[in-house]
Amino acid sequence: MGLTPRPESNVVSYDPKGGEGWVTTRLDFLVNWGRANSLWPMPFGTACCAIEFMASAAAQFDLARFGMERMSFSPRQADVLICAGRVPFKLAPVLRRIWQQMPQPKWAISMGACASTGGMFDNYAVVQGIDTIIPVDVYVPGCPPRPEGLIYGIMMLQEKVKRERAADPSIRHEMEPDPTSQLYIPPSAINELSEPFGNAVHQTRSGL
Amino acid sequence: MNPTVDALREKFGAAIQRADVVWGETTVVVERTRVAEIVRWLHDDPGQSYVYLSDVTAVENRDVEQPLEVVWHLRSLAFRRFLRLKALLPKGTPLEVPSVFPIFKSADWMERECFDMFGVKFVGHPDLRRLLMWEGYKEGFPLRKDIPLLGRFSRAEQLRQALAANPEARYSKEELSIADAFEDLPQDMRARLRSGEKTGE
Ligand code: SF4
Repeated sequence: MGLTPRPESNVVSYDPKGGEGWVTTRLDFLVNWGRANSLWPMPFGTACCAIEFMASAAAQFDLARFGMERMSFSPRQADVLICAGRVPFKLAPVLRRIWQQMPQPKWAISMGACASTGGMFDNYAVVQGIDTIIPVDVYVPGCPPRPEGLIYGIMMLQEKVKRERAADPSIRHEMEPDPTSQLYIPPSAINELSEPFGNAVHQTRSGL
Repeated sequence: MNPTVDALREKFGAAIQRADVVWGETTVVVERTRVAEIVRWLHDDPGQSYVYLSDVTAVENRDVEQPLEVVWHLRSLAFRRFLRLKALLPKGTPLEVPSVFPIFKSADWMERECFDMFGVKFVGHPDLRRLLMWEGYKEGFPLRKDIPLLGRFSRAEQLRQALAANPEARYSKEELSIADAFEDLPQDMRARLRSGEKTGE
């Protein structure tokens, strides 16, 4: 037979001798393949990590190789939010609003220790992990992560995108925050997530 | 020691409480209520001409009797001199100092920041609002020693309060418009604007 499955086994092609061939595939495989290789990032750079993000996007590391040719500086034309840097509480409603402005399908990468956990800024002003504000798909550790780290995170995200199934649309449901508190995870979980760790547990609580 | 100190002593007498030199920089402790007057003289007097205000800030010490002091950094460009003024706010005195905004426009945000972080009121400042923390921030003045580093509320409560803020409320068109500053614009620019030239919106 001339039917040859490709290694991914999602693509089957038929190539009769001398004639025009055809290819069959699953629709969601094709869609995911397209999406994964043309992610448009929206850089949300708030601190030093953004510098490393710029390095990743610039000539030496060149995010364009992974289909991120176009940085989207408007959330409405973006697919993946890359939060690079610490987010103070004052910026929390802004980040939430930007996330809500992005159309589905959308993903989020939390780049660096600060965006993922608050990092060394365990204080009154900094959000302890942006996952308390928006859902995050990939966390990239490091302070700052090297461009290789970010690119690895992006490739992990591409793997995740390729594994989505059209039959299971639940992953694309927009998370609605609680209308009164605007939180989308319970307060107890937020407190637990943002508990101090490492040296921060010993920090002074002044009695003055 | 900066020669200005002697001139200050001569002019203001007892309002100049102390003067020290640390690392070649002169610090003059002055009476809290007369700061504006002193800065005005330092700015206007041709023999001093401290025309550049580089910082207004405050310091809180771990000293129960003498917790807070407000600090002004002045620079005389003509004489290449640096002067640090301090006003002590001992326990029990109101946290108030005169604003130097009428003398230095640049004091605007510095005084707002100082108010935001320490709660020091600058009497005479036209628009003393929080600068770094958002309006409606309820935990007090974060650089004061009585605020725990993590803030007073739980993380969830802090996040709830932060998310309740309207992200657009702070950036009204009016606030950003040129209309407020119209009178301060240079003559030729005012003439062009009056003739109906667009400002580039
Ligand atoms: S993780 Fe490190 S490099 Fe990144 S924003 Fe935080 S402090 Fe800066």
